[in-house]
Amino acid sequence: MATTTASMQENLSSARGQNSVNIGLANFWVALVFMTVAVILGVYQVAERSGFFPALESPTLYFASVSTHGVLMGFVLTTFFIMGFGYYAATTSLKMPIPGKGFAWFGFWLALIGTLIAAVPLLTGNASVLYTMYPPLAAHPAFYIGATMLVVGSWFWCIEMIWMMAKWKKAHPGEAVPLVHFGNTANAIMWLWTTIGVGSEALFQLIPWSLGILETIDVGLARTLFSWTLHAIVYFWLFPAYITLYTIMPKVIGGKLFSDEMGRIAFIMLLVFSVPIGFHHLYMDPFQEAGWKFVHMFGTFMVALPTLFTGFTVIASMEIAGRLRGGKGLFGWIGALPWKEPVMSAAGLSMLLLTFGGFGGMINASYSLNTMVHNTQWVTGHFHLIFGGTTVIMYFAAAYHMLPRMIGRKLHSASMAVTQLWLWFIGMLVLTLPWHAIGLLGQPRRISSAPYDDPLVEQWNIHEASMIVGGVILFISSCMLLWNLYKTHSASPEEQAMEYAEPIHPAPRVPHLLNSFAFWNVVIAIYLIASYGYPIAQFFLNQTFGATTWGV
Amino acid sequence: MHIDQTEKKWIWVTIFMTVIMVGVLTAYAVGSNIHPPSGFEPIDSTRLHLSEEFAEDNLGYKDNGDGTGTLTMVGARYGFYPSTVEVPVDTPIKIRVASADVLHGLHVPFTNYTTMVVPGYVAEVNTTFQKTGDYTVMCNEYCGLGHDHMWSRLKVVEKTGS
Repeated sequence: MATTTASMQENLSSARGQNSVNIGLANFWVALVFMTVAVILGVYQVAERSGFFPALESPTLYFASVSTHGVLMGFVLTTFFIMGFGYYAATTSLKMPIPGKGFAWFGFWLALIGTLIAAVPLLTGNASVLYTMYPPLAAHPAFYIGATMLVVGSWFWCIEMIWMMAKWKKAHPGEAVPLVHFGNTANAIMWLWTTIGVGSEALFQLIPWSLGILETIDVGLARTLFSWTLHAIVYFWLFPAYITLYTIMPKVIGGKLFSDEMGRIAFIMLLVFSVPIGFHHLYMDPFQEAGWKFVHMFGTFMVALPTLFTGFTVIASMEIAGRLRGGKGLFGWIGALPWKEPVMSAAGLSMLLLTFGGFGGMINASYSLNTMVHNTQWVTGHFHLIFGGTTVIMYFAAAYHMLPRMIGRKLHSASMAVTQLWLWFIGMLVLTLPWHAIGLLGQPRRISSAPYDDPLVEQWNIHEASMIVGGVILFISSCMLLWNLYKTHSASPEEQAMEYAEPIHPAPRVPHLLNSFAFWNVVIAIYLIASYGYPIAQFFLNQTFGATTWGV
Repeated sequence: MHIDQTEKKWIWVTIFMTVIMVGVLTAYAVGSNIHPPSGFEPIDSTRLHLSEEFAEDNLGYKDNGDGTGTLTMVGARYGFYPSTVEVPVDTPIKIRVASADVLHGLHVPFTNYTTMVVPGYVAEVNTTFQKTGDYTVMCNEYCGLGHDHMWSRLKVVEKTGS
């Protein structure tokens, strides 16, 4: 009897995701709780900077808040969510447990303790240097050390993903690695390459300088190293969203994936092109020649290709499902899609936001047009649309889909989930469209008030008001998300398998280059040396003058 | 390996679109002479006052005598100096800016006068102001708690003596 129960238990746990359930849940909840804290800070920020509430105005509080909001959204929400998603997707797609589970948990705790260490100076106003860590403004060393621990913690996840892919391939010689894990491993490898930039800045510049071991800091070198990380980090965030669109969405809506191979090609292109193109963040900086900026612009446009391929495959997969469900005509299939499914709604809304955001991104990415929008609120509007919109809405979809399966319960309310997603979509548009407009009207980014003696200031007010409404809608939406997932833990039991979409043309075997990353790592190394080699070396080949330390 | 016919067409469409976009942007940058700041020119930000070029007396606009001009400015918490500058309209101007302390960004809405001002490096941009009027020079990169208050005045005036 006891053995039967034990084996039943084992079957259950294997169906729910082997040994990844607890670590998946822990990562998801850390991510979503910190996200809600950051949303609350966001509402305060749009209210403070509008100037409508004189009692709120305080640059000290505002910049502490902006710094915390950025770190929580950009580093904490993303890193933990991506780790949780990766572990659960890996065990359920490869049908094997996480090897060296203690190793994975060590990474989780390292990241969490690092986050808490960094939170102390952030919340006490001792790290108001923004999440982009602008030296020579100096934060308390605990901020740099905590943030570095978070990144190092994420490396444990990267190693786990690569380890699992290697183990699976050994057990299944010649077979194609399931697309979902191929994507997660591509992301893990990309993240290891990506963090070399900010990691070097932290270890060789920021930490020793903040501890007083180095007296000055070369800001040009620091910014060049940060740019190494700054674009690819966005694709680190975006990968789970794309993976969900390719591998989960088509299954949920009752269709098939249009092309497995195109998914692999898109993932490889994202991996190869994301890192060596960071100079579009340095277009307006001195200390790098315009020629290098031009070369990086070309790469930046290349990285749009995998996104355009993804758009095609995802929409084609939706069309297949829509037609299988009886949709007719050129657009009839759209109405036939199951919009009441959270994953479907999220996917549709995410693709729409991606279209808007992609358009703005082309302007930022251009060597010449960027001059008009550089460091204006347009840029902040743009990345909120792409990250807060396109990406995070798919994180919600993945959480609604995975969390009930992890714990073997029914989602508390699917209709509340769909309402929440639509509210998020509307809130994001109400927030970010005026944000773009205010940037075109000249408002610089990162200001806590607008004390300029300029008639332009009058024109900003209407947009500031709209942004507050957007912020409040997003806050309500994030509360609904947390409540729904929290209630799911006590919802009625229901065992649903975690299944991934089948492609129309099954691809049990794929060419070696689409099933392994060894060759692509060599390509990345060469591309990185070509695009970053001299721009970094020039700081060592020439005499430069470091900047002294400044408080905020 | 299976790639659908429609998808193959789409791949060609996207490549074509990308090439066109990069081509248009390149033509635009070259044709209208809009280039981002360029050059690697280290300077000791703690000794700007001792340098010939960025000493206080030498800041501001100078006519080069050949129909072009040079504008020299310093960014320091919390202002751009000189705090009011006058420059002629329709004149190619080489602008050189240095920071005396931390990172700043210089931005004049509705013009192409934008550059990061990075301690340790001289920023150089070339532009021509096309409309007369009073403009606000705003700091667009977070430089400390007084960042919002960092701004100065740029007056673009009619050309004189021509």
